[in-house]
Amino acid sequence: MSAVKMQSAEIRFKVNGAERRVNVPPMKRLLDVLREDLGLTGAKEGCSEGECGSCSVLLDGVLVNSCLVPALQVNGCEVLTVEGLATNGALAHIQQTFLELGGTQCGICTPGMMLAAESLLRKNPQPELDEIREGLAGNLCRCTGYMRIINAVRHSSQAPATAAVPAPEDAVHR
Amino acid sequence: MRSNVAQYELVAPGSLDAVLALLAAEPGAWTPMAGGTELMVALGAGRLEQRKLVSLWGINELRQITANDDWLTIGAAATFSDIRENAVVAKEFPLLARAASWTGAIANQNRGTLGGNIVNASPAADSPPVLLDYEAEIELVSAQGERRMPYSEFHLGYKRTVLKPQELVKAVHLPRGRRLPVEYLRKVGTRNALAISKVALACVGAMQSGKVHVVRIAAASLRETPARLSATEAALLGHALTSERIQFARQALLQEVKPIDDIRSTANYRAHVAANLLEEFLEQMAASDSKTRP
Repeated sequence: MSAVKMQSAEIRFKVNGAERRVNVPPMKRLLDVLREDLGLTGAKEGCSEGECGSCSVLLDGVLVNSCLVPALQVNGCEVLTVEGLATNGALAHIQQTFLELGGTQCGICTPGMMLAAESLLRKNPQPELDEIREGLAGNLCRCTGYMRIINAVRHSSQAPATAAVPAPEDAVHR
Repeated sequence: MRSNVAQYELVAPGSLDAVLALLAAEPGAWTPMAGGTELMVALGAGRLEQRKLVSLWGINELRQITANDDWLTIGAAATFSDIRENAVVAKEFPLLARAASWTGAIANQNRGTLGGNIVNASPAADSPPVLLDYEAEIELVSAQGERRMPYSEFHLGYKRTVLKPQELVKAVHLPRGRRLPVEYLRKVGTRNALAISKVALACVGAMQSGKVHVVRIAAASLRETPARLSATEAALLGHALTSERIQFARQALLQEVKPIDDIRSTANYRAHVAANLLEEFLEQMAASDSKTRP
């Protein structure tokens, strides 16, 4: 093993609006760069194989599993993590509706779930139920049974950002 | 056990020519990687054997989807999201759009590429049966030049293809204007989202004067490569779809397929479900015929 040259590359990219520069192995997973090198622990490691979505972030505005993106491929890109959703201490609308409608329980899936929702709502501000389900299909939750999450996304797509969100009539699993 | 990531080399030459020059300089030494949805999984699981990788991500000339009068050309590094969002694919090759929508969830579709899916050469992959039905051609490129062939000649055996170590898949070409009236695609897996197929069947066809005029049947997870079921097609071509003929075609399929037992399913289940899918397609064929008759 000692004969193997340790690989390193300088990666410059923007994270939640701030310019960052790290020297890391080029194959280091974006997830690990975020958590270990930048201290951003919002993105979680679940399955490590692109099935669970708990490491989801937006890469140049596109939803990706950060466990499957090598550091070198984010050079020059812009990353949004859950830490970048709130602005000046005010929760983003999607965070507010997750909070108010019980879309969060243990919290492991929540950062990825909210970024998947954010990605969906940017492309499709008024998604149908099927479209919400498809948009979140790569994000697994073992607590909520999904209805509360789907309701949170649905209400985020409907209500104005500052309004109190009423309890959904069709919510199940109370 | 996790890999020591510092022992892996990854370079991004940034252009197709530069990638091809690297592959030509040390044939077999470098493994191309596009969106990483396959190789990064192996890395995370500590089983990525290739230590030198070359990135194809961000090379725009590999990601274009273009159309002329005769062909739709999909760059090998076009993602499944790119394919789903393409208007020509949606209108003229709808089975490909559907197969793309099944290739993992949105985050996977945003990174997974058609070329990667083909080169990975899994017999269970979602797109290849559709490409076979649409009579796709595949274009390979190396520093020495390009070659193009029917996609049906690309796969040689389980995870073996004609691709040489210094070659890349450059594009897939789909012939336009040959769409057939009946198109069928069904995947049977554990769940709709994210599950790899136990078995899938893609079929296209046309009836004429009460008989099967054209039929193409391609399968995933029924042979060691994605494959057309030519004996089953031959059992149908030129025949009326009587119940006896449908039974005969089922038998032809059962004799032709070579499914295996694995973690996702059993050979027995796969074969019989495939025969049921065939029958479902043939019902649609028969119904299309009764619609077109006076």
